[in-house]
Amino acid sequence: MRVDAAQTFLWFVLPYLAVVVFVLGHIWRYRRDQLGWTSRSTQLLEGRALRVGSLLFHYGALAVIGGHVLGILVPASATAAIGIDEHAYHLISAVAGTIAGGSAVVGLLILIVRRGVFARIRRRTSAVDLAVYALLALVIGLGMAETLFHNLLASGNGYNYRSSVSIWYRGLFALEDHAALMAHAPLVYRLHVLAAWAIIALWPFSRLVHAWSIPLQYLGRPYILYRRRFRPARRRFAASAAEGYAGARALAASSDMAGAAADGSGVRPVVR
Amino acid sequence: MRVRAQIAMVMNLDKCIGCHTCSVTCKQVWTNRPGTEYMWFNNVETKPGVGYPKRWSDQQRWRGGWELDRRGRLRLKAGGQLSKLANIFHNPNLPTIEDYYEPWTYDYERLTDAPASDQQPVARPRSALTGSELELQWGPNWEDDLAGGPGSLPEDPNLRGLEESVRAEYEQVFMLYLPRICEHCLNPSCVASCPSGAMYKREEDGIVLVDQEKCRGWRMCVSGCPYKKVYFNHLTGKAEKCTLCYPRIEAGQPTVCSETCVGKIRYLGVILYDADRVLEAASTPKERELLDAQLRVFLDPADPAVRAAARRDGIPEDWIEAAQRSPVYALALRYRVALPLHPEYRTLPMVWYVPPLSPLTARVEGPAAAGDPDDVFPAIEQLRIPVRYLANLLAAGDEEVIRQVLRRLAAMRSHMRAKLIGTAPDETHATIAQLAPEEIESMYRLLAIAKYEERFVIPASHREEAGRLVEQQGSCGLDFAGGPGACSPQSPAQSLDGADFQLVELALREGRRR
Repeated sequence: MRVDAAQTFLWFVLPYLAVVVFVLGHIWRYRRDQLGWTSRSTQLLEGRALRVGSLLFHYGALAVIGGHVLGILVPASATAAIGIDEHAYHLISAVAGTIAGGSAVVGLLILIVRRGVFARIRRRTSAVDLAVYALLALVIGLGMAETLFHNLLASGNGYNYRSSVSIWYRGLFALEDHAALMAHAPLVYRLHVLAAWAIIALWPFSRLVHAWSIPLQYLGRPYILYRRRFRPARRRFAASAAEGYAGARALAASSDMAGAAADGSGVRPVVR
Repeated sequence: MRVRAQIAMVMNLDKCIGCHTCSVTCKQVWTNRPGTEYMWFNNVETKPGVGYPKRWSDQQRWRGGWELDRRGRLRLKAGGQLSKLANIFHNPNLPTIEDYYEPWTYDYERLTDAPASDQQPVARPRSALTGSELELQWGPNWEDDLAGGPGSLPEDPNLRGLEESVRAEYEQVFMLYLPRICEHCLNPSCVASCPSGAMYKREEDGIVLVDQEKCRGWRMCVSGCPYKKVYFNHLTGKAEKCTLCYPRIEAGQPTVCSETCVGKIRYLGVILYDADRVLEAASTPKERELLDAQLRVFLDPADPAVRAAARRDGIPEDWIEAAQRSPVYALALRYRVALPLHPEYRTLPMVWYVPPLSPLTARVEGPAAAGDPDDVFPAIEQLRIPVRYLANLLAAGDEEVIRQVLRRLAAMRSHMRAKLIGTAPDETHATIAQLAPEEIESMYRLLAIAKYEERFVIPASHREEAGRLVEQQGSCGLDFAGGPGACSPQSPAQSLDGADFQLVELALREGRRR
């Protein structure tokens, strides 16, 4: 199957562009903007609606991501090999997908309404936040439409995206051009995928970066952490005052930035 | 033994006049930026009262600090590491802005812009969060001098165990001021609660800080601190807290709150402690034994073995020397009149308080009373109500601890009165105080005369670092959005050039010449 240049761009060039922006954007943000790297929580300003909305949305979204791994990254032949036939897969994906997606949709709606209703939070909402909310609503809404109309309520086993979208997606990792498969997928799938690439590209510039900071390193960590303000060991000064003084000056100069970074809450020396 | 040093604080509540100068100067220096409007790293509460944020000391509600599990092991009251991660999308124990107060400013422009009219124009309060007009119903110090009245006062968690009738009477005769800052605990539950590892305790001086670059805004420190002294900046999305003015401490200067204290109630000094015994002390089974357990963690800087161990562990000589002159050590251990705030939270706090004697003396010497001023001793025994309250505040409910301290303070008072009017000092005073007359007099000197050099014994920074401190002068304090320094993103960084730089050069040259 041959496709025109526009289709090739949409399904074979655009994904890589989005990923390049995603990777370079993260490197840039991580190096330049540690101070801005946060979940930007608004729980301080409003807690009750957040409790319902945030829990539904986050756990729903995590389940949805898990479902995508199963449906997109795992080939149909692999699930068949462990005894899950097409009909069984259809049932699992339709039911689990509806529950997980429904939870994410309801959660996101609560969060959007909350953001609009409470003036304190509305005032804290940036343009990037709005873009994130719009794209998330688009992606999740389209995904929900797929699950409902092409899977759960569809006749038979519904639209078999594992023989088109999944193959195209996995092909991207091997630099294989399966644009034709995507070009002939139902419109809602194509829109869902395009909106997803938009989110991927926006990701590093938004608060979504907090997803990479899930603090798994907290598990098993000693509870109390200590840090030293100044690197140079003080013992050396006691040993020899003269030698220690010179040594300390050299060390102090070299650890200027390190010292400032260690004391994040505070004073950063002027670096000339 | 692993020796570490900590700059600790003692506040003498007897001399606090509740003027809020500490709060105001602290706010001017640290939290006068957008996003920090509601934060008071230092605040002064009138007790009894619910405090700021409301009912902060009710750990049934906020679940801050530590507790012992059934097998006697120490654990975070709000749950361990797994439960922290499970609650990361919504912290069930986080106070919201209503628990603090909605910060506001006034519509000052109206005072000059209002058109001519028969009435004086009024500057109405406007919410600093939304900009809209605000009906003021609660503030950071709504209960100043018991102004909260019967509305909020009975809600004070420390009033537990006091009968209703007793309370009513006691509200009329008794109040005290409680200035509060971060406790810079030996066993900080905020540090333990931070999933990102952004919070830490400094080895050199024990100051607990938030690394603004590593903080990811999970908010567990805010709820994990039982004193509610870590705050969430709703603009930057990061936690902030009292820094014990570490740039000043490093330069050998007292914190802003201490320096500006009108009543001279604050003391700053070095405490040497054994880091190996912290966990054991915090795990002491009985809450009432936590005070003694914490005192055992502190090391006697006069002991040659301690000094040798301190040297081995890299504590500079001038710090060891300063520890021996530490007013904090003297008040907590030598005279035993300072007590930790809510030791039952098991964080081993390092800001201690000398309980106030004045409410008691007011009772015997006040206008209504007609008795011998020295009747203060029987008064301590009889007035179980304030003692009970102070015990809930400073001694995990152990009234005997409070009585001992009050007796000691009363003995000092009587001894010094006898001395000043020239009568023979009653020797029972020394017995009651369990202190020698010379010790009573030096305690009097420290508490009542309170010379600047004796209140603040902070080892000056090391010479090799002095150059760096001069460099840092005038540079950014908190250099993120709206930071107080000159280099916040709104006003781009300005390096020290031109005239400023010449000043630095001069200072450096001056330093070298010395």
